[in-house]
Amino acid sequence: MLQIRNLTASYGPVTALAGVTLHVREGEIVALIGANGAGKTTLLNAIAGLVRREGEITFTGRSLMTVAPEELVSLGVALVPEGRQLFAPLSVADHLLLGAYCRHRRVPAREIAADRERIFQLFPRLQERLEQPAGTMSGGEQQMLAIARALMARPRLLLLDEPSLGLAPLVVEAIMTTLARLRKQGLTVLLVEQNARAALKIADRAYVLETGRIILSGAARDLLADRQVTRAYLGRDYKEFTDGR
Amino acid sequence: MPSEIFGAVLQYLISGLTNGAIYALIALGFGIIFNATHIINFAQGEFVMLGALCAISLYQVFPSLPAAFLGSTLLVTLLGLLFERLALRPVKDRSPLTLIIITVGGAVLLKGLAMLWWGKEAYNLPPFTGATPLHLGPATILPQNLWVLGVAALLVAGLEAFFRLTLTGKAMRACAYNPVAARLVGIPAMRMVQLSFGLSAALGAAGGILIAPLTLGVYDMGTMLGLKGFSAAILGGLGSSLGGVLGGLLLGVAESLASGLISSGYRDAVAFFILLVVLFVRPQGLLGGRT
Repeated sequence: MLQIRNLTASYGPVTALAGVTLHVREGEIVALIGANGAGKTTLLNAIAGLVRREGEITFTGRSLMTVAPEELVSLGVALVPEGRQLFAPLSVADHLLLGAYCRHRRVPAREIAADRERIFQLFPRLQERLEQPAGTMSGGEQQMLAIARALMARPRLLLLDEPSLGLAPLVVEAIMTTLARLRKQGLTVLLVEQNARAALKIADRAYVLETGRIILSGAARDLLADRQVTRAYLGRDYKEFTDGR
Repeated sequence: MPSEIFGAVLQYLISGLTNGAIYALIALGFGIIFNATHIINFAQGEFVMLGALCAISLYQVFPSLPAAFLGSTLLVTLLGLLFERLALRPVKDRSPLTLIIITVGGAVLLKGLAMLWWGKEAYNLPPFTGATPLHLGPATILPQNLWVLGVAALLVAGLEAFFRLTLTGKAMRACAYNPVAARLVGIPAMRMVQLSFGLSAALGAAGGILIAPLTLGVYDMGTMLGLKGFSAAILGGLGSSLGGVLGGLLLGVAESLASGLISSGYRDAVAFFILLVVLFVRPQGLLGGRT
C-alpha cells in the first residue's frame, strides 16, 4: 500500500534520512522503532511532505513526491503528528469538524455525523468533553483527540508519531488496544514509537531505524525476542539482573 | 457651568466613540492578518483610504450609497486578495521582517497610485441619511455617527460569528493556532492567509466609507488612520478581537478628550503616547495572551 524507496532528507548539512526503503501492506500495523534522533519523525514528515525529501514514495501506486501536506488526507493518508498538535482553544467538537475538512464538500453531512458516532464508540471520553477546549484536557485525552481528528478524514493509512509520548502506561495500553481495534476495521497503520515494547506488541512487522538508516526489519514477534533489539531499545528485563548472573 | 462641561464631555465621547469604532475596524484588520501570518500589514491604512475614495468615485458615477458601499468594499477586498497573491506569496524568504517591509512598500505604492488617480484634493461623500443633528441631552449627534457605530458593531458581530460558527472561520482559527496541524487535516493554509487579507481589506474599506462623510476622503488619509488602528490593536492586544474593539474605542475616546479638554494639538500625540506606554508597560496589550 505504501512503498518507500531510497528516501533521503536532510536539514542543511545534517543528514536525517540516508536512503530508507520500507513498505506497508494493506491491513498491516507496521512499527518503526528507534532511539531519539534516529530520524523517525523526519521519516513521517517526509512522507507528509513537511520536509524536503528525495527518493520515491508511492501510496496505492501513486507517487506522493509532488503532493502537498494539505492534499495528503484527501488521498487517504492521515498523520497524527508528534506532540498531538491540537488547536488548543478550539473545542473537541471543532476538532472533529475540522478533521473532516476535506470531506464536507464531497459527502453528505449525515455520513460525517455517522463517523463522529463511530469515533465516540472508540473514545467515549471525547463525547463527554465535546465542548471542552482541547488545550485543557489531559495528555491521554489529547492523544485520543489527535487520533480522532485524523480518523475523521476517513484515512486508509494512518501514520502515528509517538502516540505514547508522555502518557501513563495504562493510557498507552488503551491507545494501543484502540489501534489494534482500528486495524480489525480495515485501517492500515504505520506506527512510529520510542516505546518499542508497546509498539511491537500490536505490530505485525517492524523496522528499526538508526541514524537515518534501517538497520533491522522483520516480524514484530521476532524482534521482540531478538536479544540485540531487547538490549538496545527495550531495556533489560529485571530478570536479567537477578537470575542472569 | 457644570452642565456645560457635562455637555462638552458628552460631545467628546460621541466623537471619540465614532472615531474609535473606525480604529477598532482597522485594529481588527491588523489582528486577522497577524493571526494568520504573524506579520503586521502596514498597507492596512491604505485599504481604508481606498475604501473611501472608491466609494466616492462610484457614487459620482452612480449616485446610490448602498451600491457605492458594497461596490467599493468588494473592489478593495479583491485588491486585498491580489495584494497577498502578487506581493507576498511569491516571496522566497518568508521571514516576517521581509514580509512586513513588503507591506510597507505596498502601502507607499498604493498611496502613490491613489495620488495619481485622485489627485491631492479632498472629496466629499454625502452622509448616509441626512445631516440634521439629533439632540442627546446637552450634546448633538449626527446621524452619520450612529451609522458608524451601528455598522461597525454589526461588522464586529458578523466577524465574530464567522470565526466561531462557520467551517471556514474555524479553519482560519485552526491555521492561526497551529498551521502545520491545519495543513495535515487538509486545510489549505495559503488560501486561509489570502482570505485573511481579503477580510482585513474589507474591514478597512468599510471603515473608510463610514468615516468619509465625516472627514472627507483624501489620498493620504490612510497613513494616520492605519497608525491609529495599529496603536489600538497593540493597546487591546494584537490578535484578540475583543481587544481590538476595546483598544479602538479607548483610543478614540482618549484622543477626543485630550484634544477637547487640553488642546487639539495633542490629538495625534495621544495615540502614540498610549502606544509607547503600552509597549513599555504591557507589550501584550490589555487582553493579549501571547507575547
